[in-house]
Amino acid sequence: MEDHLAEILSTHTGRRSELIPILQEAQEKFGYLSDDVIAEVAEFTHVPESTVFGVASFYTQFRFVPQGRNLISVCRGTACHVRGAPMILDEVSRQLSIEDGGTTPDLEYTLETVACIGCCALAPCLTVNGKVEAKLNPKKVKDLLAKEKANEV
Amino acid sequence: MKFEEIAQTAKEEWDALQASAKPSIVVGTATCGRAAGAMEVMEALRNELKEREIEANIMETGCFGLCDAEPLITIKGPGGPSVWYRNVTPEMAGKLVEEHIVKGSPVAEHALGAAGDGQVDGLTAMSDLPMLKFQVRRILFNCGVVDPSNINHYIATGGYQALNKVVSGMSPEDIIDEITRSGLRGLGGAGFPVGRKWDSCRRVPSDVRYVVCNADEGDPGAFQDRSVLEGDPYSVVEGMTIAGYAIGAQKGYIYVRAEYPLAVERLENATAQAKEKGLMGKNILGSGFDFDLEIFQGAGAFVCGESTALVLSIEGKRGMPKPLPRPRTTEVGLWDMPTLLNNVKSYSIVPWILTKGADQFASLGTERCKGTAVFSLTGKMANCGLIEVPMGTTLRQIIYDIGGGIPKGKAFKAVQTGGPSGGCLPAELLDTQVDFDKLTAAGAIMGSGGMVVMDEDTCMVDVARYFLDFTQKESCGECSLCRLGTLQMLQTLEAIVAGEGDPDDIDMLLELGEAIKTGSICGLGQSAPNPALTTIRYFRHEYEAHIHEKKCPARVCKDLISYVISADKCKACMICLRECPVDAIRGAKKEVHVIDQDKCIRCGVCMSVCPERFGAVECIPGRLTEADNA
Ligand SMILES: Cc1cc2nc3c(=O)[nH]c(=O)nc-3n(C[C@H](O)[C@H](O)[C@H](O)COP(=O)(O)O)c2cc1C
Repeated sequence: MEDHLAEILSTHTGRRSELIPILQEAQEKFGYLSDDVIAEVAEFTHVPESTVFGVASFYTQFRFVPQGRNLISVCRGTACHVRGAPMILDEVSRQLSIEDGGTTPDLEYTLETVACIGCCALAPCLTVNGKVEAKLNPKKVKDLLAKEKANEV
Repeated sequence: MKFEEIAQTAKEEWDALQASAKPSIVVGTATCGRAAGAMEVMEALRNELKEREIEANIMETGCFGLCDAEPLITIKGPGGPSVWYRNVTPEMAGKLVEEHIVKGSPVAEHALGAAGDGQVDGLTAMSDLPMLKFQVRRILFNCGVVDPSNINHYIATGGYQALNKVVSGMSPEDIIDEITRSGLRGLGGAGFPVGRKWDSCRRVPSDVRYVVCNADEGDPGAFQDRSVLEGDPYSVVEGMTIAGYAIGAQKGYIYVRAEYPLAVERLENATAQAKEKGLMGKNILGSGFDFDLEIFQGAGAFVCGESTALVLSIEGKRGMPKPLPRPRTTEVGLWDMPTLLNNVKSYSIVPWILTKGADQFASLGTERCKGTAVFSLTGKMANCGLIEVPMGTTLRQIIYDIGGGIPKGKAFKAVQTGGPSGGCLPAELLDTQVDFDKLTAAGAIMGSGGMVVMDEDTCMVDVARYFLDFTQKESCGECSLCRLGTLQMLQTLEAIVAGEGDPDDIDMLLELGEAIKTGSICGLGQSAPNPALTTIRYFRHEYEAHIHEKKCPARVCKDLISYVISADKCKACMICLRECPVDAIRGAKKEVHVIDQDKCIRCGVCMSVCPERFGAVECIPGRLTEADNA
């Protein structure tokens, strides 16, 4: 880990304004921001650890626990909402037995909701590892997850 | 290099492409196109061409705005017309290449329309499509037409003429004067006169100033700024460069959501190419003017769309709006320097205004709002999409003439503009013209361009709850009325949709809503109650049905609806019975199925699996119990 972080830090000078970009790059690399990463970034940018955590926790992009191998993001944009997104979220949540923001104990899946993935004409939709699944209903979600789980093994 | 030479090179490349003897295929690969499978389609087309050893020009383009038609591609044989094909799948690639390109006969069944030389029998002219006919595309001029990763396309279609004109002879005062005269108002939502903002920023004495573009686009029902950035990034870059020249800034920042990776990529490419051509960086076009742009990725906080919060966020801090009283951002902004903040579309229209003139810009619009407005038209719409219309167009024209009305024969209920800060307008107000003042007067706001249409199946109490849920989570917590007030409004709305509403709740929501509006320092709190206040104003009866009758008339709120199986229509096929996640359905083969109302969790699975030709599962307002089944 240290090496990777050092690599990221080497492209920055340590100015305060670089804090968010550094955290973004670190999360991109490690999947989440561990206490160690936060401590090191704090030292590098000369701000207290508490401040780094304060900034990071303000923004929804940052995570402080590891994420599952597969990320399911259910769109909760307005267009998806009026076309039935809550039912979609419920169904995913029921199939995986996790709530919004949760990760399965086997670290296979993380479920999150996102504000809008911007394909409103295809509502309601979700993404599995970035790939969009469009025009869903509870039945399609069930089939989709069954297929995902079958692929997993 | 002189601009004339740059323009000449660009024109030659563009003309050669237009006159090419090779067939051409244009694929819309904006985020929406990709979501629908455009990249796979492009790959399939490449393979089909390769197999037949056909050389063709394959070009990517941005969003054309016809979201329902994605993936959307255009094929043009040498000399023939351009034909747009809708909902193209990889499987269709072979046929399209074989028929259209090899045999020269367009495939009418998949075509959306045609344009250019030699119209094809049976194909509509693109310009006659209702979705396009009523639009005036100024901001979206290049979107879906040019390759957004090739600066020469932008230049060949008129780009950078404005910057050239500006640096080779216009004074900053002339520019600001022209923008002021055009009547352009900020397209990010508040509608502040752009010329006036530029002027006031320029007048603050300082050696250093900044130009910032607000591309945070936090409204969860809007994608117009993203589409402009993905489909025509150069116009934003050029507009910001001109703004820098006008106010005396040498550095700009584009604050773009990290959720928009393609927009970021296109912007990075655009700024790099502009630098290469001497259109950005040191000594632009030999004028002695220096200007540089940096892209900053927002980390996901709606409140960072607010100007003072956005500035703090770029500085690497928590994005909490600065307390009042405070100087304007134009006076004390980024690193305490005078800072100009405008929306994506406000910058992207600047080159148009300076090329075509303020008068032509102002020839469209209403008395106090000039030019055009861009909307992301979504929700229960026959044609969803990205549209641009003159200010003053009515909601009815947008929803019915352009959007094609409500699908499935359903009745219109409301249109929501302005996202979480906006309001829901009912059918009686469909003749309202879209402009900043008229929408505000009706109780909604123009916003940045989200427009979500709702039909009879949308519950207005649930919509209010949805938006309050959003703003409550996004409240930064600085003002107690916003932090605690939105929470209380949300909890009240949650109680109402759960069937636990109290008769006093409506009055309480109204009172609390007004208090939050006056007691918050930024636009988030000042507008957060709007969705609830407007739905109470126009759809009070729905609140009353939830509270007094314990029914959700639109059949949305889970605690106030029931699913029933019609004994007449049920074919006892066992599908729903098997799929029900809680085994709440009784019955057997040849025995009509019945839902156990006490066990049922109203997940809707039975309704989605019941074969359409039976349509035996019905959702009704009100909560039944097993006693009702007896
Ligand atoms: C909570 C909040 C969110 C906002 N979000 C955006 C946004 O996403 N994009 C935007 O351009 N303006 C947004 N604004 C408005 C900006 O504060 C500002 O008015 C605008 O960027 C100015 O640009 P304009 O004059 O070109 O419209 C937001 C305001 C508030 C209070």
